[in-house]
Amino acid sequence: MSERVAVRKTYKLFIGGKFPRSESGRSYLVQSSNVSLASRKDARDAVVAARAAVKGWAGATAYNRGQILYRAAEMLEGRREQFVALGIPGDEVDAAVDRWVWYAGWADKLAQVYGGANPVAGPYFNISAPEPTGVVAVVAPERPALLGLVSVIAPAIVTGNTVVVAASPSEPLAAVTLAEVLATSDLPGGVVNILTGAITETAPTLAAHMDVNAIDLTGVTDASLATDLEVKAAENLKRVLRPASGAADWFADPGLARMTALLETKTVWHPKGV
Amino acid sequence: MFEYAPAPESRSVVDLKPSYGLFIDGTFVDPTDGGSFKSINPASEEVLAEIAEAGAQDVERAVRAARKAYDKVWGPMPGRDRAKYLYRIARLIQERSRELAVLESLDNGKPIRESRDVDLPLVAAHFFYYAGWADKLGHAGFGANPQPIGVAAQVIPWNFPLLMLAWKIAPALAAGNTVVLKPAETTPLTALLFAEICQQADLPAGVVNILTGAGDTGRALVEHADVDKVAFTGSTEVGRAIARSVAGTRKKLTLELGGKAANIVFDDAPIDQAVEGIVNGIFFNQGHVCCAGSRLLVQENVADRVLESLKRRMAQLRVGDPLDKNTDVGAINSAAQLERIRELSDAGSAEGAERWSPPCELPDRGFWFAPTIFTGVTQAHRIAREEIFGPVLSVLTFRTPAEAVEKANNTPYGLSAGIWTDKGSRILWMADRLRAGVVWANTFNKFDPTSPFGGYKESGYGREGGRHGLEGYLNV
Repeated sequence: MSERVAVRKTYKLFIGGKFPRSESGRSYLVQSSNVSLASRKDARDAVVAARAAVKGWAGATAYNRGQILYRAAEMLEGRREQFVALGIPGDEVDAAVDRWVWYAGWADKLAQVYGGANPVAGPYFNISAPEPTGVVAVVAPERPALLGLVSVIAPAIVTGNTVVVAASPSEPLAAVTLAEVLATSDLPGGVVNILTGAITETAPTLAAHMDVNAIDLTGVTDASLATDLEVKAAENLKRVLRPASGAADWFADPGLARMTALLETKTVWHPKGV
Repeated sequence: MFEYAPAPESRSVVDLKPSYGLFIDGTFVDPTDGGSFKSINPASEEVLAEIAEAGAQDVERAVRAARKAYDKVWGPMPGRDRAKYLYRIARLIQERSRELAVLESLDNGKPIRESRDVDLPLVAAHFFYYAGWADKLGHAGFGANPQPIGVAAQVIPWNFPLLMLAWKIAPALAAGNTVVLKPAETTPLTALLFAEICQQADLPAGVVNILTGAGDTGRALVEHADVDKVAFTGSTEVGRAIARSVAGTRKKLTLELGGKAANIVFDDAPIDQAVEGIVNGIFFNQGHVCCAGSRLLVQENVADRVLESLKRRMAQLRVGDPLDKNTDVGAINSAAQLERIRELSDAGSAEGAERWSPPCELPDRGFWFAPTIFTGVTQAHRIAREEIFGPVLSVLTFRTPAEAVEKANNTPYGLSAGIWTDKGSRILWMADRLRAGVVWANTFNKFDPTSPFGGYKESGYGREGGRHGLEGYLNV
C-alpha cells in the first residue's frame, strides 16, 4: 500500500474575517511555504475592514469582549500541537495562551483601575473612563513569532480597538495559524486583520493612512524606518508606540502600558442640584 | 388578564439524589456528629432530598481541610493557575446553567424566568470576573503584592442561594483564600451541585468545602478559632451576633445585612417606567431581596396617578408555579418566612394603614403570599421600619426633595435606594445625600459583577463585587 500523501495548507491573509490571497497575486517563499505578499492595497483593504468592525467591537460589553478573548485562549490551547509543529517551542505556546487569558480578564477591569471619579471642587459629578482609540496598526515583533504576536494583538483589542497587523516577515506561519484560531473564537470579522509580507511595503501605508488612529512600531528593528513611520504617523497625530530600546523579554509580566497607550480618556461632567 | 396555557420548564434536567452528604476535602462524606434535615419545594411542600446537618466535629474537619489546602496548595499556587480553575468553574456553570436554574427554582420557589435569566447568568459572570482578578491582584489598588487572609468561613442566605455563593466563593478563591461555606438550611441543593462542579473542574481538594446545616452549624463555623475571615449575608440580627462573636479575635469580617430601601418617585418621572421599577423593586424574587425597594416614597402631587397605574400593573402579575415560564411571582421560601410576612402585614392593618392586593388565586399547597401594597403608611408604622422580606410595599408621600431625603434616610438600614426623575442634576443631588451603599437612578435591582454592592449603617459593612470586593479577602 502506498503511503498517504498529505494535504498541504495554503497560507493566506486574514482580512475582515476572511482569508483572501493578496490582491496583487504575489506570494513569497518562507518557512518552506508560499505565503501571501501583501500589497499596499491589501493594507488599505485591511484598514477598511478594521474600521468597519470598530462600532460593533467597541460597542460590545466588556464582559462580552472578555468572553470572546477567553474563547480565543481555549482555541489556542486546543491547537497547541499545531504551533509546536510550526517550530514554536511548547513553553512559548503555553505563555501565549496564558497571555490571552491574562488580557481577557482585563476587559471588564481596566476601567476601574485606569478610570474613576474625580473629586472636583464644585457641585459636579465628574468621572473619567477609558475608551478605545479606534483602528490600530501594529508591526508585530519578528520573534518570538507567536508570543510576540499575541502580546501585541491582545492588549490592543481587549479594550475595543481593532487592529491591522503586519506579521513577522521571516516567520509568518504562526500568524496565519493564529488567524485561524481567531476565526473560530466568535471574534467578529475585521477586529483582527493580519498581513504577511514585507514590512517596508505595508507599514508605510499603514503609518500614513488617515483612517488609522494609532500605530504600534514594536516590530520595527530598523531605526531609520521607525523614524520615517513615526513622521508619517504625525500627519493625523496617531498615537505611537515606539519600538523598545533594548531586547524585550516577552515572557515577563507585560504591565498595563500596551493597553493604556491605545486608549482615550473621556471625562464627563454633570451638575448636581435639585 | 390574558389566559396563558401552562408552560412548565422540564424538571428532567435535574437529577436529584435522595440524600446528600457534606462536601469536605473534595469528597462527599457523612456527618460525624451531626444529623440530617429535609429540603422541601416551597411551592408544593414536596420533600426534595435529605440533607446532612454538620455538627461541631464536621466543622472542625472542614476547617482543617481548608487550612491544609490553603497552606499546601491554594495559597502557594500562582494566581495564573488559580484563575484557570475559576474560569473552568465559570464555564461549567454556563454549561450546566439550565440544570442549576431548575434546581434553584425547585428549592427556593423563585420563578424559573428569574433563576434562568437573572441568577444563573450573574453567577457565571461573577466567576468569570473574579477569575480574571486572580492573576492581577497587584493592580487592584491594595499594594503591589497583596496577600490572601487564609481560611474564610462564609454563611449565605436562602434568597439567592447560588448567586450569594458566587459572591462569596469567587472573590475569596481569586484572592488565594480557601473557604468553608454554609448555605441556608432551606436552600442547600444548588450549593451541593456546585460542589460537584468543583469536582468536575478538578479543583484541588479542600479549597471549597460545603457544610449544610442551620444556625448551630453556622455559629460553630464562624466561631471556629482557625478561621481567619468571616463573610455573612443575612439578617441584621444574626449579623450583630456574629460581630459580637468575632470581637477580640483577628478575624476579618464583612457583613451584608438587611435593608428597607426607599424608592423615590418625583413628579417629573416617566410614570410607566417608574411603575415598572417599583414592581421590579419589590416583587422581584417575591420581595426576598435585601435591597428591595420596600418603601415607595412618591411625590404627593402624583401619588394618585402612580398608585392607580401601580395597581393596574400589579393586577397583571402572575403568581404561581415557579417552574412555569410565565410566572412573575413564585412561592415564599418557607413557612417561617410566610409567617413573618403575615405577622408584619397584619400589624400594618392594625396600625391603620390601608391594605390592597389584586384579585389573585393562590395554589392550595405550598407557601404563598399575594403581592400587597399598603397606603397611608406613616414613618412610625412597623411596616415602614422593619424589613418584611416579602412582596409587600409600604407607600409614603413627600413634597420636597429635602423631605424625600429625610424620610429615605430615616431608617437604621442603608443598603440601597432608588430615584425616579427626569432631572439628572436632581439624581446626583439626591444620591449625594442618601445614606445607602447602592443608589439606582431610573432603574432598580441592577447587579453586575464589576459593581460593588453593600450597605451603610446597620445594613452591614464591606463591599462585594468589583475591584472593591477583593478588599474583604486580602490582607490589606
